[in-house]
Amino acid sequence: MADAEEPMAVDGGHRDGGCDWDGRWNHVKKFLERPGPFTHPDFEPSTEALSGFRLIHVVDMDTIDVSNLNRQFLFRSKDVGRPKAEVAADFINSRIPGCKVVPHFKKIQDFDDSFYRQFHIIVCGLDSIIARRWMNGMLISLLSYEDGVLDPSSIIPLIDGGTEGLKGNARVILPGMTACIDCTLELYPPQINFPMCTIASMPRLPEHCIEYARILQWPKEKAFGGNLDGDNPEHIQWVFERAQERAAEFNITGVTYRLTQGVVKRIIPAVASTNAVIAAACATEVFKIATSAYIPLNNYMVFNDVDGLYTYTFEAERKENCSACSQVPQDLQFSPSAKLQEVLEYLTENASLQMKSPAITTTLEGKNKTLYLQSVKSIEERTRPNLCKTLKELGLSDGQELAVADVTTPQTVLFKLNFTT
Amino acid sequence: IMAATKASKEQKYDRQLRLWGDHGQESLENAHVCLINATATGTEILKNLVLPGIGAFTIVDGHTVSGEDFLCTLQNRAQAATELLQELNSDVSGNFVEESPDKLLDNDPEFFHRFTIVIGVQLPESTCLRLGSVLWSASVPFLVCKSYGLIGYMRLAVQEHTVIESHPDNALEDLRLYQPFAEFKNHIQSYDLDSMDKKDHSHTPWIIIVAKHLEKWLSEHNCQPPKNYKEKEAFRQFIREGILKNENGVPEDEENFEEAIKNVNTALNPTKIPSAVEDLFNCEQCNITSQSPSFWVMLQAVKEFALKEGNGSLPVRGTIPDMIADSQKFINLQNVYREKAMQDAAAVSKHVERLLQSVGKVCCSHCIANCKHLCWRLGKNAFFLRVVRCRSLAEEYSVDSVNKDEITSSMDNPDSEMVFYLMFRAVDRFYQQHSRYPGVYNYQVEDDISKLKLCVNSLLQEYSLNVNIKDDYIHEFCRYGAAEPHTVAAFLGGSAAQEAIKIISHQFVPFNNTFIYNAMSQTSATLQL
Repeated sequence: MADAEEPMAVDGGHRDGGCDWDGRWNHVKKFLERPGPFTHPDFEPSTEALSGFRLIHVVDMDTIDVSNLNRQFLFRSKDVGRPKAEVAADFINSRIPGCKVVPHFKKIQDFDDSFYRQFHIIVCGLDSIIARRWMNGMLISLLSYEDGVLDPSSIIPLIDGGTEGLKGNARVILPGMTACIDCTLELYPPQINFPMCTIASMPRLPEHCIEYARILQWPKEKAFGGNLDGDNPEHIQWVFERAQERAAEFNITGVTYRLTQGVVKRIIPAVASTNAVIAAACATEVFKIATSAYIPLNNYMVFNDVDGLYTYTFEAERKENCSACSQVPQDLQFSPSAKLQEVLEYLTENASLQMKSPAITTTLEGKNKTLYLQSVKSIEERTRPNLCKTLKELGLSDGQELAVADVTTPQTVLFKLNFTT
Repeated sequence: IMAATKASKEQKYDRQLRLWGDHGQESLENAHVCLINATATGTEILKNLVLPGIGAFTIVDGHTVSGEDFLCTLQNRAQAATELLQELNSDVSGNFVEESPDKLLDNDPEFFHRFTIVIGVQLPESTCLRLGSVLWSASVPFLVCKSYGLIGYMRLAVQEHTVIESHPDNALEDLRLYQPFAEFKNHIQSYDLDSMDKKDHSHTPWIIIVAKHLEKWLSEHNCQPPKNYKEKEAFRQFIREGILKNENGVPEDEENFEEAIKNVNTALNPTKIPSAVEDLFNCEQCNITSQSPSFWVMLQAVKEFALKEGNGSLPVRGTIPDMIADSQKFINLQNVYREKAMQDAAAVSKHVERLLQSVGKVCCSHCIANCKHLCWRLGKNAFFLRVVRCRSLAEEYSVDSVNKDEITSSMDNPDSEMVFYLMFRAVDRFYQQHSRYPGVYNYQVEDDISKLKLCVNSLLQEYSLNVNIKDDYIHEFCRYGAAEPHTVAAFLGGSAAQEAIKIISHQFVPFNNTFIYNAMSQTSATLQL
């Protein structure tokens, strides 16, 4: 991530005086200076190339929490409450002479294409599928095609890592060339929420009691005014106590403070070790891509050390009609008498789409018309009656193009409506 | 202050407590880990042990810091590393010994006896074998780690490692539908599906539905349960016929019945003692003496339980999955299993007490209470008990006991990870002969290739290994020049630390016994050598 004119730089000499760091890159120097039988066919050893990534931008919207300290080693207890991006940058900048980390205490969605375009490589350690899909979509939107042929210089590699307890995965995505996040959406099963009737009238597990307190009681009683904040111990305590009461009513055991917190915040167990493994695998890929020394991971590695250590490496395949990267207009097959509600449900429930709150617009009689939009209250109220209307009633015709916007993608997805009989 | 510290530790360690529990954390905090050589790999491993809060660590390292290392002061490497690692977690106490392991082995080998586990990094072969022998005799687990170029290597040497809480990923439920225990039989007697109103009928747990239908099936099929696909299909159909119909004869929407049908396949399996557990029952360690570790006392108790109260089965696990049902029916059913599990655990506990008494160990009330708790945990995990036995380094390296079969069969594929193991052995030989590693300096690479090849050949010859090692790998290992790139060190650091945590906590199952990681292809393999 150097200046636009500089090629991806790997630092040559030592900078900024201070301590004597001669030889600090020796461990990696050898890889870049010496030819070898397993290196990338295009690799040319160079005595100038060394390792060291000089300019790194870090984007993170979170602040440091005590529970991060068991694994996020750039942070100390004195840093609790400060933005992660800033503390990480300070730490690295002060420890590693010559390295420049630029922090951004922001959401990834706060930046547009002009920001992301400047980078040689993007590495993600995001905590949600939605965010991954968004970044995936952003890099796909940066691709340029000439006469239908992809311009390789518009590709920004995306290296993505994730962990859950003692499991993790690392993958390399070359947007427009290899499988993208959406191509393999089925690898991520949708999050299961408990059915409302179970929560409301038939609890069996302590989790049901906790969800009752969180979803039904909290909004009703407006405890502490406003929204439930999972990071506020007083809020969790409130939910915990209400959940205990509910559990007692139904003779359910097992409601604990720890469980309550886990359910409310959707906590996933995390340890230093698994994160180290996956981060290392991702960093290895960054090194390979930046130096062109080795062929990068092709393209997905799974890791699990519950029983011994297990890795599985495979090539995830591109989906021919991927809604994110295939450029093929997405097909929507519905009867003209189907209600718009059905289309909405398809967009959210279909395993390959898994949209969160899609906004559907189209062009009717030369004018842009919003069929349904959930995220703005006034528009939601105005367009809600459309959900009960049939596609025919809404004036849609066979072959009509619908533009769908959603948090899972920075660009609208175009769908083509095909009427079935 | 104690309470505040405890609370803040619970907050800090929350995410990992959800994996190994408070008792797992306690075992970590009582552990003292020894790291030999604070290289990039060594410090990465230790970082991943310090962060989760091991009690103490001691770094043994005779080297001084050079520019190649992360740190930039001219200090003993051990001291520098200790200071930086301490910073990561004030709950951990760090120590260092500025001494080479060889010197310690010469002067005070018992130094190593105090540790919960010893982790040796970038050790030359001779040191490794010497240390391995001392630790094996002292029953101290030894984890050997190496990052070399783009290859990572780990070797675990522990005589016998027992695991009660293995936390298997996909365990089948223990429902005992085939051999229902008395209390379960009584409970399903209390249900009469035919006389229930629709609400109750639709909210009856699927376990009850399957049990009721199985009872009928058995009475009509000469006490033979459905076994093959055809019979299970018929049984599923039988259940489907039990779905209520409305006044027009159309089946109602009864999700609990659909659940029952879906679960027939997995639910209708006889509850056998897993062969892995049977093997443990047959171990000679089950002949309990006053020296017997508690794992074997408990295992023998489970065995005796199975022969007596269990009627050939392990203690009931006591958990059931969530299912569509009203609260009361579900809780009542859950309690039937829970109470049976508690009963079984208490019976196991009595066997434990008796066994201890028989070898002269008297149990105080505290012991008995502790025993009950341990047996409750034992009962929940009875189907998943594991024992890992690694071969010693001596056995691996001896010409008489080298695992030729494993090596030659792996090398049927000349690009399997086994080739890296053989290259490590050859490189160790090179070091023994030349007191340096191959290809460290550019000018050495070319000549060292042929020297290394000689080492490869002498290795294969000495062990009579009829395998072929491609020249490419010999070239590549010279090219590496004993480099320790950080990303490989970090991968190994995470892997090794978790294996150490498994050893310390006795939770999850450690590997057996050699792990190779290839960063070029991002693949790995576990070999038993």
